[in-house]
Amino acid sequence: MNTKAFQKIYTKIENITKATCTIHAEGVANEEMAYVDGRPAQVVKIKGKEVTLQVFTGTAGIKTNSEVVFTGKAPTIKLSDDLRGRFFNAYGDPIDGGAPVEGREVEIGGPSVNPVRRQQPSQFIPTGIAGIDLNNTLVTGQKIPFFADPDQPFNQVMADVALRAEADMIILGGMGLSNDDYLYYKARFDNAGALDRIISFINTTDDAPVERLLVPDMALTTAEYFAVEKQMKVLVLLTDVTLYADALAIVSNRMDQIPSKDSMPGSLYSDLAKIYEKAVQFPDGGSITIIAVTTLSGGDITHAIPDNTGYITEGQLYLRRDSDIGKVIVDPFRSLSRLKQLVIGKVTREDHPQVMNTCVRLYADAANAKTKQENGFDLSDYDERCISYASEYARELLAIDIDINAVKMLDTAWDILGKYFKPEEVGMKQSLMDTYWKGN
Amino acid sequence: MSTKGKVIGVVANMVTLKVDGPVGQNEICFIDLKGEKLMAEVIKITGDAVAVQVFESTRGLYVGCEATFEDRMLEVTLGPGMLSKIYDGLQNDLEKMEGVFLKRGDYTYALDADKKWDFKPFVAVGDEIESGAWLGEVLEGWLPHRIMAPFNLKGTAKVTSIVAEGSYLSSDTIAVITTADGESLSLTMEMKWPVKKEIRAYKHKPRPFKLFETGVRTLDTLNPIAEGGTGFTPGPFGAGKTVLQHALAKNAEADIIVMVACGERANEVVEIFHEFPELIDPRSGRTLMERTVIIANTSNMPVAAREASVYTGMTIAEYYRSMGLKVLLLADSTSRWAQALREMSNRMEELPGQDAFPMDLSAIIANFYSRAGFVELNNGKTGSITFLGSVSPAGGNLKEPVTESTQKASRCFYSLDQGRADSKRYPSIHPLDSYSKYSEYPEVMEYLNSRLQPNWSDMIVEMKDILLRGKEAKDQINILGDDSVPVEYHVIYNKSEVIDSSILQQDAFDAIDSSCPMERQQYMTNIVMDICGHSFDFSGYEEIGGYFRKINNIIRQMNYQEFKSEKFLSLEKELAALVDEKKIDLTAAERRADELLELVEERSAERVAQ
Ligand SMILES: Nc1ncnc2c1ncn2[C@@H]1O[C@H](COP(=O)(O)OP(=O)(O)OP(=O)(O)O)[C@@H](O)[C@H]1O
Ligand SMILES: [Mg+2]
Repeated sequence: MNTKAFQKIYTKIENITKATCTIHAEGVANEEMAYVDGRPAQVVKIKGKEVTLQVFTGTAGIKTNSEVVFTGKAPTIKLSDDLRGRFFNAYGDPIDGGAPVEGREVEIGGPSVNPVRRQQPSQFIPTGIAGIDLNNTLVTGQKIPFFADPDQPFNQVMADVALRAEADMIILGGMGLSNDDYLYYKARFDNAGALDRIISFINTTDDAPVERLLVPDMALTTAEYFAVEKQMKVLVLLTDVTLYADALAIVSNRMDQIPSKDSMPGSLYSDLAKIYEKAVQFPDGGSITIIAVTTLSGGDITHAIPDNTGYITEGQLYLRRDSDIGKVIVDPFRSLSRLKQLVIGKVTREDHPQVMNTCVRLYADAANAKTKQENGFDLSDYDERCISYASEYARELLAIDIDINAVKMLDTAWDILGKYFKPEEVGMKQSLMDTYWKGN
Repeated sequence: MSTKGKVIGVVANMVTLKVDGPVGQNEICFIDLKGEKLMAEVIKITGDAVAVQVFESTRGLYVGCEATFEDRMLEVTLGPGMLSKIYDGLQNDLEKMEGVFLKRGDYTYALDADKKWDFKPFVAVGDEIESGAWLGEVLEGWLPHRIMAPFNLKGTAKVTSIVAEGSYLSSDTIAVITTADGESLSLTMEMKWPVKKEIRAYKHKPRPFKLFETGVRTLDTLNPIAEGGTGFTPGPFGAGKTVLQHALAKNAEADIIVMVACGERANEVVEIFHEFPELIDPRSGRTLMERTVIIANTSNMPVAAREASVYTGMTIAEYYRSMGLKVLLLADSTSRWAQALREMSNRMEELPGQDAFPMDLSAIIANFYSRAGFVELNNGKTGSITFLGSVSPAGGNLKEPVTESTQKASRCFYSLDQGRADSKRYPSIHPLDSYSKYSEYPEVMEYLNSRLQPNWSDMIVEMKDILLRGKEAKDQINILGDDSVPVEYHVIYNKSEVIDSSILQQDAFDAIDSSCPMERQQYMTNIVMDICGHSFDFSGYEEIGGYFRKINNIIRQMNYQEFKSEKFLSLEKELAALVDEKKIDLTAAERRADELLELVEERSAERVAQ
């Protein structure tokens, strides 16, 4: 960090807490970036002459006479095509050994899209995973997280989705990523020969947690550049948003704010919404789609982080281990894509909506039958058929290792339905039954 | 001279100003940030230090920025031209803004400044008028839009001049009146009104008594909302609150719909303004957009403006109500509004209530809900605002401050159930946990019985009873096993499933099923209740499920057909034949005996369960 002539420099720090320091300064702007003893910091509070700075890496070792330099601007990133294939930290500095990228410098976390300028998302994103494409179809411009326990293979599924999704640009925002997972992504992208359409902003577990607060804005400002100026279909992967929210809690706690549910700041909903709402279909073709990971603790989705997320995103995908088939599946009960209506039966085949609903309804009947079975009751013939149907449905369509196209998924579903059920049990529109029914 | 201020502190969107003159609570000011004007509202005054909440991002704001006070509260501009508009929470016309991204400090005019309206006067010089009096009208698209006297007029005023029939801008003077105090007022077709104050230009607010038809069976048939009534829909995420609100906006029998997207997803608003200009309202034959005003303050827009948005929506609804119209106000989600209140309250370091919400949350919510209602205007005509808000309880748990406060304020409670949503039983409104206080109003019952059929209210009570007994029977079956309960338990459970599958469940995405007029609801209710009234001849529990599944399937197919179309009628015949196959006609005496037996069995089952 070279100091420049116009920059204001101070050397008297009044107050130091674990995460912040306060100095007397004038003409400082809210959210302005500064360096305290060379460490990046940001203005979070101004009270008369008193300016409070949040030091991202913490204040350990900072002295009352350390140098404070204001940059005169909010955090920025330099945008250009040269970002492709590169790996950066939360401040946008390269971590891949390459040179810094030159380009047009813009503030991150810029304004929102005017709702009336948005287009309705309408492009189907095929992933080959039937548990997603059939039951929880994704659409460009959508925002959707995986709700997963930390031990589930969400990074694998994310990488699969990213590589198969036919995106023009993939931007990975890693927050509290373990070094191994970071290397996993790097290797997957590299092996797929896709590095030149991937840009990564990575905060690993080795980095200071508060730094990761910058990652989503870095990733999304970059996404906006490619989506707006190059009309690209951009896919943004954010993992793990739970760790992002934890960092928010740390900061608000240190700012003495009154916590609301689960020690999270009262503004958690707005903070997360600001990130996720960057997902958009632009008028001239570009789009930003956000797929995120929210790890759960002990599967608890009523915790403030997944709960607020669920209220913001357009659905959520759950992974679950199905002990019947011994595989991880996309859970059809709690998973949901809110935007699927826009494409299913329209971009995909006409029978898609009803097939999807029927399959899930019968899968629910199977779950009831299993409960009966576990309680030691006799099963009816219908119950038995439901249970057999359920394991075939899980194996052929719900498992995450499936990779087939949308037509094949629907045909498979009709095959399975016809095998186990009578026409009146599936309760579908007669016109569809006439065309597609494969049973007796 | 207006009061000026200077920024002395900034934390997020709360800014402290040092002022040089008088300021009022809730007064509006503009802070000048290098030429960008940021709108803000006073929320606390301590001597000459005034805390304001800024309706924009405060990035870049610094000590010393100047502010100018406006000597007015947050207000909307009311007049012809609001229909079909898409506003933000502060009533800026979003269409008029340039560029793809919103620009800070870009405020646009709510009406159409250059549009001429054909004005027809209703009053003459010398006429005495009261607040809200209809001075004339213009045609706003299809709507005879009344131009009204100021809502804050005290007593009677005299018309001193009125323009002749002709074409005028909404900002042209159309009348001059002399108030009771002798003051002379020039009136245009536009009016300003502070959003946090109810427009009270009416004689009185009687109890609602009429059915407000929504086209959603589980509301209209089971738990109807009255015209001018209030209701709310708490439900965990994904339970169907927004789909329900959209269904109401499409199908409800209202003259005007005001939809407030309060801190929710932008894509959902996009859906509305892409669909509504295409969809035709079957009642009027016009597009849905022509009767709709949208307030879009999505979740990524500033929090303070989100708080304002519900009031902006309510005030616009009140304006149209004063024209004698039937208005439906929808707000999705009022929890986001409550959260906006919480964020500000925390920043002001107020003593927090439960879950860190402000202490007076209940009062704020109650006050808002009370602005809805059926009114008799000063001229004897009536108008109404029916209000339905969605609530997003944290963790899906209804024991939280926003849900509990709203439950006190609202007369209808439509609880969206996770279990129903999970098993795709949409709309997921729980038939038994939900209620409408209006169903208990004698005047509402009377209205329904005389409009539909004399035994309607009784029949619905019976329907709920079957649902309850069906649920109890199911619980027993689950505990004791299929073959350890009387066959009658299976029958009652399956009857409740007929009601569920054919009346409660409704496909919001099917062109026909999505909207079910009351006449059709009545027809189907009679069919279903007729089936539920029969006894059936089953040899064992094994045949019951399959038989009723066939019944359900036929009724579902009927729901997908055009009402009374050939296909519909042939399905109805098929259904009747199927029912005849198994039903047994009992004499009244036999039925009584049967019921008695049932009661005995239930009692003994209860004892077993204990
Ligand atoms: N009546 C219905 N018919 C068919 N599907 C429905 C119906 N209601 C809801 N759904 C399904 O449930 C999904 C979620 O519904 P909706 O968006 O209304 O939930 P919500 O309660 O508003 O959630 P949030 O609180 O997160 O906004 C829809 O995308 C749709 O797939
Ligand atoms: Mg919703």
